[in-house]
Amino acid sequence: MEAQAASAPRTQVNLIGLTRQDYRGNPTTLCQGCGHNSISNQIISACYEVNLQPEKLIKFSGIGCSSKSPTYFLGRAFGFNGLHGRMPSLATGALFGDHTIKGLAVSGDGDTASIGMGQFKHAIRRNLRLVYIVENNGVYGLTKGQFSATAEVGLHLKSQGTNPYMPIDIALEALVGNATFVARSFAGDPKQVKELIKAALSHGGISVLDIISPCVTFNNQDTALHSYAWGKEHEVALHELSYVPPAEEIMVDYEPGEAKEVTMHDGSTVILKKVGQDYDPTSRSEALRVLEEANAQQVLLTGLLYINTEQPSLREIYNITETPLNRLSEKQLRPSAESLQKMNEMMF
Amino acid sequence: MSVFKPSVEKDAPDQQTAVINDFSITVATVNGSGSQTSNITILRALFKMGIPVSGKNLFPSNIQGLPTWYTIRVSKDGYLARREEQEIMVAMNPATFIQDLSKVCSGGVFIYPDDINFKIEREDIHIYKMPVKRLVKESDAPSSLRDYVANMVYVGVLAYLLNIDIEKLHAALEFHFKGKTKPIELNYGVVQATFNWAKENLVKTDAYQVAEMHETTGCVMSDGNTAAALGAIYGGVQFVGWYPITPATSLAESLNEYLPQLRKDPETGQNTFVVLQAEDELAAIGMAIGAGWSGLRAMTSTSGPGLSLMTEYAGLAYFAEVPVVVWDVQRVGPSTGLPTRTAQGDISFTYFMGHGDTQMVMLLPGSVNECFEFGWRAFDIAERLQTPVFVLSDLDLGMNQWMSDPFSYPDEPMDRGKVLWEADLEKLQSSFNRYKDIDGDGIAYRTVPGNLHPAAPYFTRGTGHDENARYSEDSQVWHDLLERLAAKYRTARQYVPKPEIECMDCSRIGIISFGSTEPAIREARHQLAKQDVPTDFLRLRAVPFTDEVDEFVNKHERIYVVEMNRDGQMHMILSLVYPERATNLISIAYTDGLPMTANIVRELIMAKEDK
Repeated sequence: MEAQAASAPRTQVNLIGLTRQDYRGNPTTLCQGCGHNSISNQIISACYEVNLQPEKLIKFSGIGCSSKSPTYFLGRAFGFNGLHGRMPSLATGALFGDHTIKGLAVSGDGDTASIGMGQFKHAIRRNLRLVYIVENNGVYGLTKGQFSATAEVGLHLKSQGTNPYMPIDIALEALVGNATFVARSFAGDPKQVKELIKAALSHGGISVLDIISPCVTFNNQDTALHSYAWGKEHEVALHELSYVPPAEEIMVDYEPGEAKEVTMHDGSTVILKKVGQDYDPTSRSEALRVLEEANAQQVLLTGLLYINTEQPSLREIYNITETPLNRLSEKQLRPSAESLQKMNEMMF
Repeated sequence: MSVFKPSVEKDAPDQQTAVINDFSITVATVNGSGSQTSNITILRALFKMGIPVSGKNLFPSNIQGLPTWYTIRVSKDGYLARREEQEIMVAMNPATFIQDLSKVCSGGVFIYPDDINFKIEREDIHIYKMPVKRLVKESDAPSSLRDYVANMVYVGVLAYLLNIDIEKLHAALEFHFKGKTKPIELNYGVVQATFNWAKENLVKTDAYQVAEMHETTGCVMSDGNTAAALGAIYGGVQFVGWYPITPATSLAESLNEYLPQLRKDPETGQNTFVVLQAEDELAAIGMAIGAGWSGLRAMTSTSGPGLSLMTEYAGLAYFAEVPVVVWDVQRVGPSTGLPTRTAQGDISFTYFMGHGDTQMVMLLPGSVNECFEFGWRAFDIAERLQTPVFVLSDLDLGMNQWMSDPFSYPDEPMDRGKVLWEADLEKLQSSFNRYKDIDGDGIAYRTVPGNLHPAAPYFTRGTGHDENARYSEDSQVWHDLLERLAAKYRTARQYVPKPEIECMDCSRIGIISFGSTEPAIREARHQLAKQDVPTDFLRLRAVPFTDEVDEFVNKHERIYVVEMNRDGQMHMILSLVYPERATNLISIAYTDGLPMTANIVRELIMAKEDK
């Protein structure tokens, strides 16, 4: 197995002839064991496996540990590291440049759930076609361990004392804000993270992935809700999720009634294999209910909580040209001199 | 400093000598009462009669019920600045009646509805009462519209008293109601009936009247915000992120109005533009910067408070070198200030906008026509320089009606700047370095998303970066990057609009101003010349300053810098740029929320000249 792995990367390519190496970025500078690194790796794997051309994706991020991570994957993609909490507006404008390019954003709980709350919710409301990953660890890492807005009430941190405030639940906020794809996952469950990212990349609107991503340096005590230990102990998956690319035969093996299939915007399929109880991810009220229940029962409920493939995306709302806007010629952008003469005549 | 009260030099006109085409009309009303239609109708009719005219709405920050004044200046000599003197007052608002009465100059005209019961003790003015309620009742107006058409009564009375061509009033109404017969005839009916009533019942005792001229032939009448929007459209604007704020709102709304008419793909009917109302100004500029970065001609429009919110992103765009155009239609600050009054108070703030070392490019339109021109030109400059370009208009220019030369079609092809596409990268022998100064002008080459060449993508960041856009904390790299940005700002001098200069014989005095003060300065210079103070005039159209400004500042003994703010913000910038001339630069800064007048300029300069 080891021998195979050593020789494989040189020859192994995906359907568009790229190696896994083509999806990598710079070496990470985050702490060893950081959940964010695990998520970066799953982004690499997901993009490699769905044969995404790296140049056809834009990476976005705000400010914080999480927001540094876009340099650690897809080095061949464009990227823009914007302002704290204000990456969604940047992405909103940038994604109009060429509508054939996908967007993938990485934010953190500090970036999204505090200063970024407004822009987060408005990007959701507009159904901007963007994979919005929140690497959620409950603390501010770069400034050395202050509570974030997603930290649970009563969380005790050595240098900070006890958190007196109720937490913000990012998945709940996304649902309440009418997001069309909401998932929660756990950096300690890489396979699920990867399949969710693949599904999100095929979604026509906004996809919010609230991924619990432990901070090994500042908030990884076994009892903390954003720790590896707690996650491993308390994770309950809603379903076993597999992504089947468009026009590929569904090979996942399941008994009738044991799985749900969701057809995505681009013709791909997401298969949700039942693990416990039945769950219908097209029901928003069900999603709200199970999240509330999970909070009450103190479990880390993961999986695709909600999906709505009907709502038009931001681009569809604006009816822009098939030719990418940033490739329109001067002739297409500057109206004629005759038209100006008419405008002048109207200016009484 | 107390409120500046310029002296009024004119004597009361002799009643026997007609005063033709040279006076101001002020209409005092309550805002939200629909008087704007009447005022604009008078303005347009006078314009159609060929008489140089300007109209200014002095309005409160309120939807309904507070005092508002509309002032029209009629000037055969083409002076279109606001004046302090008010020859003709239409007093429709009981709440300001006494105040309005006191403002009419001696020999002037005071017109008011006969249901306002105040004892008028002035005997030096001509008074006309209008039976507004009765005339409205006699019209066919449905009761729901009576309050609105009531304002047409003073239009009819003024038409009779001043000899305004009633046909031209009809044409103005036709324009206002976009040819819709019902409202046109309803309003015109009231105008006609009132005109006839006035003819039979009023005895004209005053001296003021208008007479047809040919001074407006070929001119257009527009506000600066409409002009800016049209200019942007002819500049190929593709993305507008905006948030409502007085007095900038009508700029974005004009884009919304005209873009669908002018910028749909003729074959598919699809849009070549996006106008998006953001959740706030923080997002509006973020969106515009994202769009500018991805290769779109992107803009936002705002005013002072919004500009404050945009500051951090503007700094990022400066540092990451992203083209974006920001229209700042200035209002009175600091803070919420006077949202519906005019000022030039965002000059130094914009120039230094952002933390760290920044220098921003500013364009300063001085007329409606220039609002159009800078509407398109700003994109060329922003894309050429890969930097934010701020266009600083103001409420007076942006929201009031100005006569102007027709908008002229861009005389240059678009300058999309140094953008490399797939074919360019293919031809490039060396590798592409996003932030490398190849041409020695401080401007590097860029690529935009959608470019699928493997060499195209790069990572944009607000953190320290090297020539290849890689993260760097290297001291030398940081130092060199900031120096290159400074070099780029020097390059900007070649690309920004040059100033307009007008000289007089034997003048050793220079005046520098910018923006909407132009008409007041022009008039003041004529007055100063009559007092043996000839002046040369330089109207700045951009910062950084070009060679022409260097020369002007160096050539004149004394240079008065006139602006509508308290601290002399442009004077400060000039003094910083020309420290050796700082003692020759004299600040004439005055702000009270109202548009500048010739009297203010003349008297403040004369006080400094010690004459």
